[in-house]
Amino acid sequence: MTIGVAAAIAANRFGLGARPGDLATIGADPRGWLRTQLTGQPLLAADGLQSTAQILSGAEPIVQAQRRARRARADAAAADSPAATELAMRLPQYLRPIYLGEIRARLRTAMGSERPFAERLVYFWSNHFAVSVDKFAVLGIAGSFEREAIRPHVMGRFHDLLLAVETHPAMLLYLDNQQSIGPDSMVARRAANRGRTVGLNENLAREILELHTLGVDGGYTQADVTSFAKVLTGWSIGGGEGRLAGGAIGTFFFRPEVHEPGAQTVVRRRYAQDAEAQGLATLADLALAPATARHVATKLARHFIGDDPPAAAIERIARVFERTHGDLPAVYAALIDSPEAWDGATAKFKSPQDYVLSLGRGLSLPPESEPRILSAFDLLGQRPFSPGSPAGWPDRSSDWDGASALMKRIELSDTVAQRLGDRRDAQQLAPEILGQSLTAATSQSVARAASPAQALALLLTSPEFLRR
Amino acid sequence: MSPNNSRRRFLQLGLAAGSCTVCARFAFAAPAAGDARFVFIILRGALDGLAAVPPYADPDYPRLRELLAIGAPGSADGALALDGHFGLNPGLSFVHEAYMAREALVFHALATPYRERSHFDGQDVLESGLVLPHASQVGWLNRTAAALPPGAVHGAELGVALGQNVPLVLRGPAPIASWSPSKLPDIDDDTLQRIADRYASDPILSQRLAQALATDRMAAESSDMSSSQPAPTAMAAAVMLRPGAARYIETVQTAASFLKREDGPALAVFDTTGWDTHFNEGGSQGQLTQRLAALDAALRALKDSLGTTWQRTAVLIATEFGRTAAANGTRGTDHGTAAAALLLGGAVQGGRVICDWPGLSARALYEGRDLKPTLDMRSVIKSVLRDHLGISPRRLDAEVFPSNAQPYLADLIRA
Repeated sequence: MTIGVAAAIAANRFGLGARPGDLATIGADPRGWLRTQLTGQPLLAADGLQSTAQILSGAEPIVQAQRRARRARADAAAADSPAATELAMRLPQYLRPIYLGEIRARLRTAMGSERPFAERLVYFWSNHFAVSVDKFAVLGIAGSFEREAIRPHVMGRFHDLLLAVETHPAMLLYLDNQQSIGPDSMVARRAANRGRTVGLNENLAREILELHTLGVDGGYTQADVTSFAKVLTGWSIGGGEGRLAGGAIGTFFFRPEVHEPGAQTVVRRRYAQDAEAQGLATLADLALAPATARHVATKLARHFIGDDPPAAAIERIARVFERTHGDLPAVYAALIDSPEAWDGATAKFKSPQDYVLSLGRGLSLPPESEPRILSAFDLLGQRPFSPGSPAGWPDRSSDWDGASALMKRIELSDTVAQRLGDRRDAQQLAPEILGQSLTAATSQSVARAASPAQALALLLTSPEFLRR
Repeated sequence: MSPNNSRRRFLQLGLAAGSCTVCARFAFAAPAAGDARFVFIILRGALDGLAAVPPYADPDYPRLRELLAIGAPGSADGALALDGHFGLNPGLSFVHEAYMAREALVFHALATPYRERSHFDGQDVLESGLVLPHASQVGWLNRTAAALPPGAVHGAELGVALGQNVPLVLRGPAPIASWSPSKLPDIDDDTLQRIADRYASDPILSQRLAQALATDRMAAESSDMSSSQPAPTAMAAAVMLRPGAARYIETVQTAASFLKREDGPALAVFDTTGWDTHFNEGGSQGQLTQRLAALDAALRALKDSLGTTWQRTAVLIATEFGRTAAANGTRGTDHGTAAAALLLGGAVQGGRVICDWPGLSARALYEGRDLKPTLDMRSVIKSVLRDHLGISPRRLDAEVFPSNAQPYLADLIRA
């Protein structure tokens, strides 16, 4: 059996990087190896992680204590008292360990995954539907968002994925929808009687159209954004107090009293449904729109084929999306069947996340290294769940291949190599993890190294290991 | 951030031996004294121009802004007075001092050619300097670097981003490196040389590595100014501006130490995020005011760290677009069109608000919701590039901002 360059592409471009032995497992049928990964939910290999509802319920007593303290505080000076500071710290102290537990479990799964293509697809969708812990409200639930909204639907239909995402508390909080109020809703009218104006927040509606479904050139207007924002009023989270109390804490809850009454037109279609049915109907149409198919196909192609993927490949993948009404495994199969995805062994500069995971897998780093691996994400500029905007992490080589970024990878590789010393044999490892994509120049540089550690550093900084 | 001795040794070795693939590719122009510095600060997320530069005297302003409205100068938490019609947000005390010292200009109701409301496309147009989003992977400041007159270029034929990667505005064929402080231990000369040798056949990696080493050297030497080593022509800093965070002040100080070198870079970019105020934006004591105060503190630190170089510096602060004229339903504002911009520095002929105010009446608003643009951002930028950096209008209109026939503005920079 011959193991060609395609095995290395399957493991490194489609997967998270080859572990020793992986290329032999992939063998002569790399496409088949990828296809077998398209059934079954890619769940997280972890016990003891809590649901979003549990996490937010756990935060509730702290939030309430803070609310009581704020009300009791007459003067601003008391806000700086030691007791107030202690109280202010309790929420981050509660949420940060949850965030760390989530990213540790996620890392462990990635390091040992036998379905690395499925795992990469989880990351792809998690980034397509990005939430960021840069917004404090999301810190504790970015991980549960991925487990609850993304993972169960990665091998399902786009429509179900979209629905799970847009009704998840993390997305509603990240894009401010729980605050958006229909201008003619009951709550808005009550507020007007007291001389207060409340109303819409367009954030979620705009990003669903621009980033999650149709894409920025998908043919919607500002009027569509505004009417879609009205459609989504009332899409909120359970909990709250006083007149706003209702629903279970930390779960999706529709609030009729803030929903804008009446029919709305979004992208040339009229939606006359009542309550949350209006939003569900709109999302159902957006999920199946040809522009959505093209937008998703373009992003998949950019991620797996190259920075500027050929139009023909995008078109083929988009057609499968349309024909199957967004059946995602069929879409992934079209990607696997794209000859363009198998061109050349090293098309794309790895993102920091790709680089660190492939390094950890390639070197079979033990579980004790987890804290160091997590700090490496930070060091290289891609802390998990912290993209700078709802557009997610950028996905072109030029976004990651800055001079200082390269120097950081070199320094990291060298540090790891020094630590491992002669416990890894780079000469033996090189063909195991790079297969046929290993160049003669790198083989030679590794073979001529002055020490085992230096050989390892040369392997980890080689052009073919920096790219996928 | 301290000098990296072994890497310096490696570089000296490489230069001395003359065989080093890393170092041999740079040829440096001789330093000339008294050249200009241009700093571009990107505010990503769409800064609310009506909160940064409140038109408190516009009769429609308090009605549209409700709780977000900032009062007239002299009222409680009121704006800082500019010209009787506009004020500055109370968070911008340093900018106000600079304005009073005639070192700051305020622009209002300006926009790039972009007329939709996507942050990501808006930023792309702001940085590429073209009309349509995603039309190019080259930024206008990279084209500016290529067009700098020979006398203005002291350093190497490259720029450097402070931050690991390079923002679009600086990307392009004129080489731009990046630099950020490292917490990792040093790598030994021999390993680094072998990596450099392996990259010799890889144009991108060999260029990046060379840039990284050149900028590391500059960082190492920024303490001893006696050096005649070459330095980059441009640099960028990725700074997360968060109220109360001290980290960006440190980055600003490092950037200033690069800029004030005799042979320092002529161009610098600071990249900031966090201006997307959909929710709970706040009025004169709110969240946005706190962020503006953090930006203001960074500008003050930049001036203080630059010393006399401030006199040769112009800092342009711009955002992708503005926000809705009216407050939204959640005490914030949604994506809009025309914005405000600031130009400050010792080289700026300041003390004026430059603006053809369209008004905020229902009929005056763009598409019934946004401040209407009456000034093209490219007019401001290219006027600064012409008068401050001495770039010829011919190159500005042919290369830096092609397809732009907007007029130049006179007297933005001191003669």
